[in-house]
Amino acid sequence: MRIRDWIESDDKERILEEVLRKAKKNEYNEFITVNENVFISKDSLKGLPVAIKDNISTKGIETTCASLILRGYVPPYDAHVVELLKNAEASIIGKTNMDEFAMGTTSETSYFGVVRNPWDKKRVAGGSSGGSAAAVAGGVVPVALGSDTGGSVRCPASFCGIVGLKPTYGAVSRYGLIAYANSLEQIGVFANTVEDVALIYNIIKGKDERDATSQDSEDVFPLNEDPRKIRVGVPREYFGEGVDEGVEREVWKAIKLMEDLGAEYEEISMKYTKYALPAYYIIAMSEASSNLARYDGIRYGLRFEEDEDFETTISKIRAKGFGEEVKRRILLGTYALSKGYYGRYYLKALKVRRLIKEEFDRVLSKFDVLVTPTMPFTAPKIGEIKDPLSLYMADVNTVPVNLAGVPAVSVPCGFSKALPVGMQIIGKRFNERRLLEIARWYEVNSKVRRWS
Amino acid sequence: MRVLIGLEVHVQLNKLKTKMFCGTPTSYQHAPPNTHVCPVCLGLPGAMPTINMKAVEAAVKVALALNAKVQENTMFYRKNYFYPDLPRGFQISQYDFPIGKDGYVIIDGDEGEKKVRIKRVHMEEDPGRLVHVGRIDKAKYTLIDYNRSGMPLLEIVTEPDMNSPKEARAFVSKLRTILEYLDVFDGSLEGAMRVDANVSIEGGSRVEIKNISSFRGVEKALAFEITRQKNLLRRGQQAKMETRHFDESQEITVSLRVKEEESDYRYFPEPDLPPMNLKGWTERIKAELPELPDARRERLIAQYGISVEHAKVLTGERVLADYFEKVASKTSPKLAATWIADVLKGELNYRDMRIEGCFSPENMVELLELLEKDLISDKAAVMIIRRMLDEGGRPKEIMEKEGLQKIKEDILPGVVESVIEENEKAVRDYLSGKREAINYLVGQVMKKVRGRADASKVYNLLERRLNEIDNN
Repeated sequence: MRIRDWIESDDKERILEEVLRKAKKNEYNEFITVNENVFISKDSLKGLPVAIKDNISTKGIETTCASLILRGYVPPYDAHVVELLKNAEASIIGKTNMDEFAMGTTSETSYFGVVRNPWDKKRVAGGSSGGSAAAVAGGVVPVALGSDTGGSVRCPASFCGIVGLKPTYGAVSRYGLIAYANSLEQIGVFANTVEDVALIYNIIKGKDERDATSQDSEDVFPLNEDPRKIRVGVPREYFGEGVDEGVEREVWKAIKLMEDLGAEYEEISMKYTKYALPAYYIIAMSEASSNLARYDGIRYGLRFEEDEDFETTISKIRAKGFGEEVKRRILLGTYALSKGYYGRYYLKALKVRRLIKEEFDRVLSKFDVLVTPTMPFTAPKIGEIKDPLSLYMADVNTVPVNLAGVPAVSVPCGFSKALPVGMQIIGKRFNERRLLEIARWYEVNSKVRRWS
Repeated sequence: MRVLIGLEVHVQLNKLKTKMFCGTPTSYQHAPPNTHVCPVCLGLPGAMPTINMKAVEAAVKVALALNAKVQENTMFYRKNYFYPDLPRGFQISQYDFPIGKDGYVIIDGDEGEKKVRIKRVHMEEDPGRLVHVGRIDKAKYTLIDYNRSGMPLLEIVTEPDMNSPKEARAFVSKLRTILEYLDVFDGSLEGAMRVDANVSIEGGSRVEIKNISSFRGVEKALAFEITRQKNLLRRGQQAKMETRHFDESQEITVSLRVKEEESDYRYFPEPDLPPMNLKGWTERIKAELPELPDARRERLIAQYGISVEHAKVLTGERVLADYFEKVASKTSPKLAATWIADVLKGELNYRDMRIEGCFSPENMVELLELLEKDLISDKAAVMIIRRMLDEGGRPKEIMEKEGLQKIKEDILPGVVESVIEENEKAVRDYLSGKREAINYLVGQVMKKVRGRADASKVYNLLERRLNEIDNN
């Protein structure tokens, strides 16, 4: 479904009923909570059904981050993005499934079970915003919000064959986004087309006094339909070891198509790329170890019948309430921040981040965009990748973008063995407009097949 | 045996309107529990802190007033630890790059004026408040009130420059005066100032005492601790490096935990609060800084010619000095200094009152005028002050209503005469050599004039008259 279908429809009530019916059916296990008290209006955008990832605070609607520890937590306030969507009179259809606390690449770490890929229900939808991607790709809703700390919007967009935008760090207020790694993450948008992504992004972006890292940026809607003089950089390191042949083939096909359409491209090297993954995981886990300290069951969330002393009580709650992957990251992050290790790990990771940031800014001063495969492979089967390190490796092409803080969008660019392949287009800081114009230009000209 | 004392003083910037990292009002005193809270100071998932720049401004003021160097590049860190009063599982505090470094405060030390060095001044947020139901070690459960959570707090850390409990008390009292001059702090509110003290006897281990919340407590806790450590030494034992808790009601310190190693708070920069650049702040705020206690003391001495002791008492509280200056501008400054610093302050202390609750400076001026015109005695003036503090009213009114004006001196000889006639026995005693009998007669005269005469004058009159009788 596209936003235009909604706008042009004469019977919005019927569409909304259909949306709710599908959401409740939960065919892909994409929803954790369905909001049946949605607002219905028949004018233009009003009432547009939107799904929200379950790590974004929604007043009066249970928000769990797909974790047992937050079971029963009903926030008393709306995230800034939710306020803005409500001001635009969108309908919050429900809260989507995800990796627990956004820690994962396949949405398999959810307490509520794995999200299924609409293209093949035996496969994962990607993570961590798997439910949002599946809800859009499966035709349940036209748009959904996710969050992207190391690829959590772009990865499921790629696996599910839809468009997913991770904006510039600071372009969208994080107020109300339940933090996993504050210095890396951004709220992002899923839709079937770049135009729909742009429309929703334009509503949620901008400075918010409650997020000191947020700032204003140029409007992106409506998009200029004919961007000219496009210069594309193709960093070699992103086509390295571990990238599937089929993925590499489809992305190169896309680059050649852009060339045929008048763009210039150049292969380049970004030598700090190989340090991105370890730096990313150290920073993300360190921040996570601190962010997740507040979940002790004392004020909200999981609580047992009988309490003991403070330490015993919270230890039991945290032992039961957090899943394996979350515990792993809390432990590793705690270790990295400990006395004697802080300089060796955390400070060094910050230095690497600075170098990566500088490298991106340097390269992006010569090109409009960089193009890479979003993910090194297509959606794996549920349970196929068990070793956590192999899963971390899958983020190799997405995490440098979060370290640099620049915007990137994943757009479908073809198929490998009947599964969608995503192409990552990386843009300049706070220039989402140019990024989305180029993405849309490619999208319109490539005519890659869609799910619905 | 030299004693070394260093202090860590936590000060709430409770004159600010809103909390450190959110817009919640700071006026939680007397409010029902958990009513002055919002998603940010409750640490709800997804809520983000933002810096209250008024608090940063107040912190710069304090740093400058403590003669510290303000760090142009300053930032917040997370201090990670689990405690139920800490809703995020970390406290937003400062670590490297605190707002102020390397300052000093001059105090009245045991051997005259003394410089206490300030190591650092840093900003942080207050945690919530725990209410144990029953005694701390035997409580069945504990209630948490998050009203205090997120209150703007300054931690002021000194070098171990104090050598006695009295000096430590002088430091906190001077600090309070300075903070009140800056109008960032109201020391009368519960929990506004909390002190942790480090104390060691030279060569021994350092003991930390937590939870001291009054001036008197500072002195008591340290005195107890020093005696304890000296007694250990006398028995050939060493004080252990440990943290002790001050029990205010029993005035003793009890061991909380023996320090095996320093706790690891895993400090790292708060990612939601970008570092601040305070370029130009020092100059701007320095220019706006009010006159501070030491400067004001010197000015009062020079401008009004009052004594150093009086000037110290008067500048010990900003409002008291303001009161004095209002009075001194309309009457004799020296008389004003004596009556405000010696008499009024004493009467206020006796009543546990602060100068804010006192009668107006205009009333004080009126009273001093009555004294200057010799219409009332010193004793009557004290009575009037007491009456005004307890019941209100104006000096002249009270004087007239109570008949406190001095009697005309020409009636005194007549009164003396009648007392001599009415007290034959005392007169005989005096004349036969029991000179102390005159005191009884003075008392009788004073009784007749209801205290409105100078006792020394009455004495002289009586002595002269009795000697005349004796000579006849």
